[in-house]
Amino acid sequence: MATRGFTGRRPPPGERERLPPGQYLTADFPVLSAGPTPQIAPEKWTFTLKDGPRPVKTWDWAAFNALPRSKLTRDIHCVTKWSKFDTHWEGVLVDDILADAGLVAPTPFVLAHSFDGYSTNVPYSDLSEGKAMVATTFGGQPLHPEHGGPARLLVPHLYFWKSAKWVNGLQFTAVDTAGFWELRGYHIYGDPWREQRFTGD
Amino acid sequence: MTDAPRKLEWRTATISAIATLTPRIRSFMLSAPGGFSFRAGQHVDVRLTAPDGYTAQRSYSIASAPGPGDAIELMIEKMRDGEVSPFFHDVADVGDEIEVRGPIGGYFIWPEGQAQEATGPVVLVAGGSGLAPLISMVRHRALSGPRIPMALLFSVRTPEDVICADELATLQEARDGFELALAVTRGAAWRPGDFSRRIDADMAADVLARLPAAPVRAYVCGSNPFVEAAASALLASGLAADVIRTERYGG
Repeated sequence: MATRGFTGRRPPPGERERLPPGQYLTADFPVLSAGPTPQIAPEKWTFTLKDGPRPVKTWDWAAFNALPRSKLTRDIHCVTKWSKFDTHWEGVLVDDILADAGLVAPTPFVLAHSFDGYSTNVPYSDLSEGKAMVATTFGGQPLHPEHGGPARLLVPHLYFWKSAKWVNGLQFTAVDTAGFWELRGYHIYGDPWREQRFTGD
Repeated sequence: MTDAPRKLEWRTATISAIATLTPRIRSFMLSAPGGFSFRAGQHVDVRLTAPDGYTAQRSYSIASAPGPGDAIELMIEKMRDGEVSPFFHDVADVGDEIEVRGPIGGYFIWPEGQAQEATGPVVLVAGGSGLAPLISMVRHRALSGPRIPMALLFSVRTPEDVICADELATLQEARDGFELALAVTRGAAWRPGDFSRRIDADMAADVLARLPAAPVRAYVCGSNPFVEAAASALLASGLAADVIRTERYGG
């Protein structure tokens, strides 16, 4: 259905093919959070890897930052319609977290947890083989609390609510377990290229 | 509080009325057969389609109260360099058809299902066009009762930026438990008890003291810098972080 009088502002070639359907490009870095921004001091920060209810390993800030570090430059896409190109991140790949814990993925499903009680589910196959990290810097600077600092999950190929801010753990689950937004109408997987915004998309 | 999974279908709505609210914000009534079943605080997605099939989507909060009518009200601020909001302000007219889907959002909603949160005092803090989902809550309370204590702190740049000033003032004058405080950041205080500065902890404490008891829930909506400042002010005046729910515009 064409909207009377709407011509739109098309992205130029070069941007167009990098924008998933329904998205627009922004140079800003908008913030979407369900509550106040938690202020987490590094000395209070921990990250725990769990197999079901069982903790496999917990790192403090110093131990976590001593893990092998990697860089990713990726386009990111928020379900609220904005996309941002070429974002620069540094942190620890999920592969390297599991390797340090000596854990081989026990199930295909992961639930990421955050300091503020937030959670989101991501299949392990979307976290492995260099596809995802726990990021501690953005644009070469320590990650700002508004954007999830000290550390956030980065799963850039899925809608950005999957990249949990203030992340404090990854938990393997026996079944795919819906997280905070997935329980509230958002898509269980969230592929921007298939425009999986909401349940049933 | 969790809706059963169902696919959100695009529907065709018709613009049934347009009103100017402030120099930068207009109200659009969208009507669709069968109306919209939603809860105060939720939003809809709007999709515009060009003749060649190019589409643009944006999310807008619903400003009207849930009810039997077949229309919802959106409050759309004209964004500089925007793509969708200038279309609504400069091109859209009564009778035009617009695609919408929703309602969307199962968290920034009032009242909640649980007994205490559904009946305890609430505080609403709005910055500019962030009033939209909060005035839906104000209107819902006015229409449906019971008279749950509710305070609205509404921050604007200048007095002419106050959306629905007369409606809000009239609701306060009913003296049935709705308190209104306006904060004008570039101008004089509008009425006695209003403020002429940006939100801070003292202002938040002043507004909270107008409720008969501490709020069981705070809803904050506006630009991200406004929401950060407002949430910090509420935390500093003693509210717990898990009481505060935020919705941030600009994304």
